[in-house]
Amino acid sequence: MTANTHPQLLVHDKVDNVGVVVVEGLTAGTDMLCVCTEDNSDFRLTAKADIPIGHKVALKDLAEGDTVIKYGEDIGRMVGPAEVGGHVHTHNLKTKRW
Amino acid sequence: MAFDFSQDTIKAWRRENGRVGVRNHVLILPVDDISNAACEAVANNVKGTMAIPHAYGRLQFGEDLDLHFRTIIGTGANPNVAAVVVIGIEPEWTKIIVDGIAKTGKPVEGFWIEQNGDFETIRRASWKAKEYVQWATELQKEDCPVTDLWVSTKCGESDTTTGLSSCPTVGNMYDKLLPHGLYGVFGETSEITGAEHICEKRAANPEAAAKFRKTWQAYTDDVIEAHKTNDLSDSQPTKGNILGGLTTIEEKALGNLEKIGRTSTYIDVLEPAEAPSKGNGLYFMDTSSAAAECVTLMAAAGYVIHTFPTGQGNVVGNPIVPVIKISGNPRTLRTMSEHIDVDVTGVLRRDMTIDQAGDALIEMIKRTANGRLTCAEALGHREFSMTKLYRSA
Repeated sequence: MTANTHPQLLVHDKVDNVGVVVVEGLTAGTDMLCVCTEDNSDFRLTAKADIPIGHKVALKDLAEGDTVIKYGEDIGRMVGPAEVGGHVHTHNLKTKRW
Repeated sequence: MAFDFSQDTIKAWRRENGRVGVRNHVLILPVDDISNAACEAVANNVKGTMAIPHAYGRLQFGEDLDLHFRTIIGTGANPNVAAVVVIGIEPEWTKIIVDGIAKTGKPVEGFWIEQNGDFETIRRASWKAKEYVQWATELQKEDCPVTDLWVSTKCGESDTTTGLSSCPTVGNMYDKLLPHGLYGVFGETSEITGAEHICEKRAANPEAAAKFRKTWQAYTDDVIEAHKTNDLSDSQPTKGNILGGLTTIEEKALGNLEKIGRTSTYIDVLEPAEAPSKGNGLYFMDTSSAAAECVTLMAAAGYVIHTFPTGQGNVVGNPIVPVIKISGNPRTLRTMSEHIDVDVTGVLRRDMTIDQAGDALIEMIKRTANGRLTCAEALGHREFSMTKLYRSA
């Protein structure tokens, strides 16, 4: 496999609405190769921000109040919006527990 | 055809009680904090021995004292230890530790400081330590099945890459080795929070599920609800977790649980530092999620190798148990590779499968059992942290 076929974004489960950046130095505008680890299917998505390695990207437009799904499970709710390709983290996602 | 791990062997020490050890330590073990200086003096006198200083052991009582004794006795009883010199301030608690370790059949002798002073105690204990180390260094390794090992796990400085790569690598190892006789253990009661309903379903029987639910609820009620000031957001996920991209405790817990693989189920729930008693298989232990505390408790329960997935780069080690670090985060491998034993960054690049990563970890477990020093051992990481349940009298 050559370097340019390595994915920039991995998604655990087909039903997830966020994925994880797995490369350093990802910049806004990058046309990302995204792979779903569940079945190795892939798709492409444009990053809307500079997003650090390990951080999450919205796979669709997410509005305040939406449930975020990762590993096929509920990991919290949006407390602010994120557009598709945008950064999802502590500024717009919070646990429902507290 | 799948490789038959039950036929795979390592060279290790078969102890008096039949357990397999992968290190051959002679310990100088303090009963209490004020005996640390004498223990360190003995370890300085006699090369090849190791003192394990710690912070506690005076005026503890009840369940907290039981845990103290269980941790010290379990550390001495661990199969990675050939023989033990115990030093305490007075004879009675010293005898409790000596008698507990002696049940394994290994050589152990106790010394106490009152009415002897440090000088006389150090003199006598040094003679015994020299005898033990010269005896232990002639013990021969023998062929032992890999699946006779007891292998523990706990992750640290997690990020989103641990749930994608290093945690499922450990899970794959457990799925392959547990059916052939391996003992496993996972814990971190606080980090299961957010996925406790999923963890409960991974019990092998209704008794284990009920025990897990009770343990988790007690932790939530007695520790979190009793002591929290607002919520756990300032410490769970940790600041390191958040820098690594983890946002909520649910997300962190789901990644954490990847360590028990796809098919493994736990057969019982253990108290902190409690040795498993229901035969081979996977156990859950009620532990803190702090790395050194958790590894110390699992070592005291008798586990001889620890597998430690890390994302952002936790550097923890243990005095008696080799801690194997696994990471899939390319930035961590670029900036702190001296700490990482198994590089699974290929999983994120999609040029290594979880199955291949699991095989790489099993290979590293075998090499470690055969004598390779882990990164933590080579770098001198010997963190020994006792868990304390409440303040002393």
